[in-house]
Amino acid sequence: MNGAADRGPVIEVQGLVKRFGAFAAVDGLSIAIAQGEIFGILGPNGSGKTTTIRILCGLMDPTEGTAIVAGADVAREPDVVKSRIGYMSQAFGLYRDLTVDENLDFYAGVYGLSGARREDRVAWAKQAMRLGEISTRLAGVLSGGQKQRLALASAMMHEPRVVFLDEPTAGVDPAARRLFWQIIRERAAEGTTLIVTTHYMDEAERFDRLAFLSRGRVKAIGTPAEVKAVFGTGMTLEDIFVSLQESDA
Amino acid sequence: MNRARLLSMVRKEFVQMRRDPATLRLMLAVPVMQLLIFGFAIRTDVRNLPTTVFDQSQTAQSRELVQRLTATGNFVLTAPALSYADALSRVDRGTARAAFVIPPDYASDLKRGRTTAVQVLVDASDPTASQNAIAAAQMVGQRIAVETLQARLGGSAALRQPVDMRVRPLYNPALKSSVFVVPGIIGMILSNILIIITALSLVRERETGTLEQLIVTPLARSEIMIGKIAPYVLIGYVQMTTVLVVGHLVFKVPVRGPLLELYVATFLFIVANLGMGLFISTLGRNQAQVTQSAFLFLLPNVLLSGFMFPREAMPDPARWAGNLLPLTHYLQLIRGIVLKGVGLREVWPQTLALLAFAITFFGLSTLRFRKTLE
Repeated sequence: MNGAADRGPVIEVQGLVKRFGAFAAVDGLSIAIAQGEIFGILGPNGSGKTTTIRILCGLMDPTEGTAIVAGADVAREPDVVKSRIGYMSQAFGLYRDLTVDENLDFYAGVYGLSGARREDRVAWAKQAMRLGEISTRLAGVLSGGQKQRLALASAMMHEPRVVFLDEPTAGVDPAARRLFWQIIRERAAEGTTLIVTTHYMDEAERFDRLAFLSRGRVKAIGTPAEVKAVFGTGMTLEDIFVSLQESDA
Repeated sequence: MNRARLLSMVRKEFVQMRRDPATLRLMLAVPVMQLLIFGFAIRTDVRNLPTTVFDQSQTAQSRELVQRLTATGNFVLTAPALSYADALSRVDRGTARAAFVIPPDYASDLKRGRTTAVQVLVDASDPTASQNAIAAAQMVGQRIAVETLQARLGGSAALRQPVDMRVRPLYNPALKSSVFVVPGIIGMILSNILIIITALSLVRERETGTLEQLIVTPLARSEIMIGKIAPYVLIGYVQMTTVLVVGHLVFKVPVRGPLLELYVATFLFIVANLGMGLFISTLGRNQAQVTQSAFLFLLPNVLLSGFMFPREAMPDPARWAGNLLPLTHYLQLIRGIVLKGVGLREVWPQTLALLAFAITFFGLSTLRFRKTLE
């Protein structure tokens, strides 16, 4: 896809701050994420995960600092950012009263695709996300796992360089989760960068790298092994998560 | 503005509309239902008041008086009253809405050339309902007075009316309220249904989370807005045509002016209302709040626009408030074209006002509709 050979950073965040009144939801965040990485953002509720993702998607302006996503500044060129990223929200955000095909075709159009490219992408999405057999079903009657694959397919219609997934596997059964992670790894192998938040610590073990956030700051960043080393031997990611949550409370 | 993006938005709205046939049926049934209710049931030309007579004269002359009063069509006789108190109590109890009290010496006073007083009691608690009856009774009294004077002067042409006032009611000579009401219904229905539907449809996307997914795409605000309202422009035209056709066939409402110009001007009105609906949808975060906000506009629409009550009778502040409603201007426009047979040349001030509303509401809602989530 977009030059998988190029392993330079596709996301560069420098001193990012977002304040709501006196409260700083994000408090001086600096992260660099390489192309093709599966990068996890972990942390207790209120640690700034969602705010960070919203800023990186161009949905919210940062109070201070800069964020370059897929080559564009989120504060200055949010529309360019939006055309180069995909976003899969925590709640199912597609139309329940449209079929799988109709949802895919709608998002293909929304991303400005037309003609042969549009057909190609819809066909690709159905094949890559294992949606072929359910293409005429209404999105509202799909299972949790199917909905989540449809949402990812819609978010990737335009071959985005970066895809954000906000708790993509919440409330999905283990078999569907396994299939979903298989699909995610396939996309990363093609060169797509995936930024994922999750509460499942077994999933966090599969990230290439991850950052633990607490009160809007990075507590630790690196591969799962490196992060565990920071907090001392014998700590699992779950132990770290719980200890951060307790120190926050 | 990107064509593929906009078309996708429009097509999606149409597919969703088709998936919800119940709402679609409702959008077509409500206009017809309202038309029939307003056309058949709502009458401001009140006639046939139940009336009792306390005739103390019991002569040919008094019977003729009663006959002429009932011949106006405003009074229908019920059982005669046995006394003045009886007549009053019937009006009190509501079994009669009017009472004629004829004095014992009615006929003899007439013959002797003396003034005789007939009392007409009318229940005027509802001023609209009693006005016609009061006017009719006064008119009958004057006629009899003139005829009596003429007869007294020998039946010759000696007494001529000095002024002969000839009133010619234009546009609706039979003074049927349905003729007046039907074009107004078109405006009211378009306005109320379109405002509610667009207001709810945008806030529903917010509630179900589909808006969150939309705003991370390159869709522009204006593309979302236009995509959402385009299908309802079509619905608006279908509703308007339905009411116009049914009104013409059932209530014999004439369509005197140029239809094409009416359809052109209606486009501005539809867009103004859709813009208003979108604006209202930005005032609340869920369907319940937005429904409440919509009533801020719907009630004035019915009461202040001149749809039900004449604006000429309103105090200035109410009239000014009415001027802020697109419906007020559209009513003047559609009544002008349909009933008076004028064209856009005559109703250009109203057309311009609608254009201004369309631009203002659409612009305001696009500005208010944050592409970014708070």
